[in-house]
Amino acid sequence: MKLDFEHRQSAHCESGVTSSLLRKISRNKITEPLAFGIGAGLFFCYIPLIKINNGPAIAFRTYPGLIFKRTCHALGIPVTRKKFSSKEKAEAYLQQCLDRGQPAGCQVGVYYLSYFPREYRFHFNAHNLIVFGKEADNYLISDPVMETTTTLTSYELERVRFAKGALAPRGQLYYPESSHEISDEQIRNAIVKGIKNNVNQMLRIPGGFAGVRGIEYTGKKIKKWLSKLGVQKAGSYLAQLVRMQEEIGTGGGGFRYIYAAFLQEAYAYTQKEELLDISKIFTEAGDLWRTAAVHAAGIYKGRLGSQEDFDQMGDYLIEIAALEKRAFLALKNIKW
Amino acid sequence: MKKENVPQDMGALGKVTKEICYATDASGKYTTELSTGWHVKKEALDVAWKDVEERIANAKQRVLNGEASPLMFFMEYRLMDPGILSDYTGYWKWQIKRHLRPEIFKRLSEKKLQKYAEAFNVKVEDLKTMTVNEA
Repeated sequence: MKLDFEHRQSAHCESGVTSSLLRKISRNKITEPLAFGIGAGLFFCYIPLIKINNGPAIAFRTYPGLIFKRTCHALGIPVTRKKFSSKEKAEAYLQQCLDRGQPAGCQVGVYYLSYFPREYRFHFNAHNLIVFGKEADNYLISDPVMETTTTLTSYELERVRFAKGALAPRGQLYYPESSHEISDEQIRNAIVKGIKNNVNQMLRIPGGFAGVRGIEYTGKKIKKWLSKLGVQKAGSYLAQLVRMQEEIGTGGGGFRYIYAAFLQEAYAYTQKEELLDISKIFTEAGDLWRTAAVHAAGIYKGRLGSQEDFDQMGDYLIEIAALEKRAFLALKNIKW
Repeated sequence: MKKENVPQDMGALGKVTKEICYATDASGKYTTELSTGWHVKKEALDVAWKDVEERIANAKQRVLNGEASPLMFFMEYRLMDPGILSDYTGYWKWQIKRHLRPEIFKRLSEKKLQKYAEAFNVKVEDLKTMTVNEA
């Protein structure tokens, strides 16, 4: 059985899945950047004390599941999301969805995801893919980061749907409920809502670890890494930062380029000239993130390693924080 | 980033699939471009795996020295901390820590070992001998 479903590759898994699941009812209008922006996907967070893979816990995006939820919510589309206690029930429910002709988004862990190269398999449990059919024992899979569709046996799919550890997916499955089409007016309103959401997320979260202040905080921290951790470990920490920023799913520049693309598309719906200029600031921020990554690579490859090099690295982040603060303040001040 | 600057270095992912990058065209409008990888992030990934390889080698030596049970080796090999392993097996973390002692690991029943073997995706026999059968 194969449902009528068109695979589309995207940069980021969750915004890609969201865009694909909404393709029919939005008549192709909800692109990946729109899903990312309406879902207020752009973020930064550094959680001190917690370690991930023996390195710092840094995120450039919002909490898994939020993009889909917020995008559908802002567009007035009801959502079904289910978690399961038993593997049998999880598979039976997926089968029911397919029988009804409903492709289903699934949250999975990548560690045992067989079509991923081994180098990419960490215990990361917030990957998303779409199941759109089954042939014999093989589920047909549309994984947004892959160029083409792929398959998983029922055992392989069960294994990744029930991956364990932080953010364990517990068989989670989701899809939009509605079938009536979305109007341009709805999209426009959703864009405004998404931008406001993202402004709050980057400027207003208290505590100093999240948003633009989190970027500045991380920059200050990095300056202390050399004396605190030694050059090798500090290098590993920077490598982790670069991976979170540039690895598959980010579209480059820690999602900043996707967001810049979103603002250009948002202009088409809202006719607010400011958006085009602000989009350019995000492009600049993305470029600066990448310049910083090149500098970081110099450190973890051992070409650089002095305190001045770490100071310079920290200063890059502090500069980015100022830049993004300017961009989000400009977004905040738009009169809609 | 401009479209023509999207890096095309070969990375681990590039062998399997190209990835999408967002970049601007000549008029400054955003579009997407496929990339085979970027050396900066390939090197970051290499650093992460080098750290892991070191930890695995370290663990292996400790098992050979009789200081730890093969569980320690497989935990490093599968990048699992006691928390993740506890979630996969259903054992408490304190039980796992006990099972890391060689003398206690030796006395574990086949049934208990089977749970670990399943979590690590290996056979019980391989679990005892620290054998891995994959590239």
